[in-house]
Amino acid sequence: MPARFLEQSRVAGRWPEGKALSGLVRLELHSPLIAAAARPGQFVMVRPGRDEAAGLDPLLRRPLSIHYRRGERLGLLFKIVGRGTARLAKVEPGQTLDLLGPLGRPFPLEAGARLLVGGGLGQAPLLFLAEELGPGSATRLRLGAASAPDLAALEDFKALGLPLEVFTEDGSLGRTGLVTLGLAEELAGRPAAVCACGPEAMLREVARLAAQTGRGCHLSLEARMACGLGACLGCSIEGAGGARKRVCLEGPVFEAGELGWT
Amino acid sequence: MTDLTVAIGSLRLKNPVLTASGTFGYGLEYADLVDLNRLGGIVVKGLSLEPHSGNPPPRLAETPAGLLNSIGLENIGLKAFVRDKLPRLRDFDVAVIVNIWGETGQDYCRLAEALGREKGLAALELNVSCPNKEGRIMCLGQSAEATGRLVEAVKGATDLPLWVKLTPNVTDHVPVALAAQQAGAEAISLINTLQGMAVDARTRRPKLANVLGGLSGPAVKPVALRMVWQAARVLDIPVIGLGGIITGLDAAEFIIVGAAAVQVGTASFVNPRASLDVLEELERFCGEEGISSLSELRGSLRLPD
Repeated sequence: MPARFLEQSRVAGRWPEGKALSGLVRLELHSPLIAAAARPGQFVMVRPGRDEAAGLDPLLRRPLSIHYRRGERLGLLFKIVGRGTARLAKVEPGQTLDLLGPLGRPFPLEAGARLLVGGGLGQAPLLFLAEELGPGSATRLRLGAASAPDLAALEDFKALGLPLEVFTEDGSLGRTGLVTLGLAEELAGRPAAVCACGPEAMLREVARLAAQTGRGCHLSLEARMACGLGACLGCSIEGAGGARKRVCLEGPVFEAGELGWT
Repeated sequence: MTDLTVAIGSLRLKNPVLTASGTFGYGLEYADLVDLNRLGGIVVKGLSLEPHSGNPPPRLAETPAGLLNSIGLENIGLKAFVRDKLPRLRDFDVAVIVNIWGETGQDYCRLAEALGREKGLAALELNVSCPNKEGRIMCLGQSAEATGRLVEAVKGATDLPLWVKLTPNVTDHVPVALAAQQAGAEAISLINTLQGMAVDARTRRPKLANVLGGLSGPAVKPVALRMVWQAARVLDIPVIGLGGIITGLDAAEFIIVGAAAVQVGTASFVNPRASLDVLEELERFCGEEGISSLSELRGSLRLPD
């Protein structure tokens, strides 16, 4: 089993510094053990409680994908959706967070042309993946979101200098429409293995188009989970042929065929 | 040093801290984070004769200081457990207790018989209480007579010690516990999850696809303490207390109201090392209190005059 750590990680930075207008928050954590072992597509379980009393409520850790790595630091990008993420959004630099990770199966990193497709918060693990593949790689990117402010990591993606296409549903940035707009034609015309993360409806469409054009396809799924270690079975889903798959352990990255979607 | 060994019927445990069924997988999932050899025991995920796929998602909802789940007893089934998990568990020096469930009394007996032939098992814990399966099981643990009959039948199918894990979803659990004792159970585990539900007011939908689930975590601890206390006062066999134990002090409270041992459940999700933390804190507590043997603490509740 790959190395996993329980690590008290110091908050090195939080953005935005004021109120998060888009509801998106980025944290940077000093987490040397987890950072050294992390691979793109993996996630950490973050305990939202900062002290003993608060640790009982909200009770559970939150699964957050690793957004990027800078040496001994990890980036996390998340949306404030409930009590746990609201609490996480209030941590201040210098405080520590209790992290468990890195967890789950990463994206494959073998050579070849790659098309990364991210929808909404699905952009989070793709930055780590794009950075690991590197500016010199045959990697293209498609990023989509409801609106421009939801593309919180856009500048970091741009800095990589990889071919990048942006889609927003409201037309505030890039092409107007879903991130899958014109994807069938692109896959047919320019061979690439697909790595995607985003809402399930988007992932199903990406899987369908990849299968149609005979392209390899890896998808990163999201699920509710309590432990992240394969014990609670909260994230168990039915895969191809009725086989049970735990998103935390057999995933979160699946080869599309394993899910029986295609 | 406090003597932490405990006797649960014919079984001797090195300490009173076990992991609860359904919260620690087959133990192996945690083996790189927790030294399994230090645990008093591992109660593995509820096992059935055949693999079981459980309930549709979402299966989890967080509630105030609690967790509502409707996993629906998903498990790999007897064959895969014996083939894939048990050989690896035998490498550890830890008591392995298998929690078992079935649709019928015959299912329980066949499971018990098969597991009784395997080396490396310490006991069976009969799940007569999981609230996530409709029909028979729920009813079974709510009836003293049916519980007694089941224990008697399973006892005839195996020589392994039988523990019975009772449901809190009854008006009075004491008659059920007494019936299990009468039928030959060596211990009672209390409590399984409390049946509950969670609703999203905005969407007006239940938060669990199964609508109903079982509540666990710190939120249920007062209920669990009450039920352990009521049972331990009248039973001759040991009570194993569980429900919301997070710290060593929580464990001490269960022992003070009469539990012979405890199980750490939901806490292992929050903190994978919770069981060992509970053990270390309990040891420290006993040292601070000048307790030389756990039996001094057990049932030592000081009641008002």
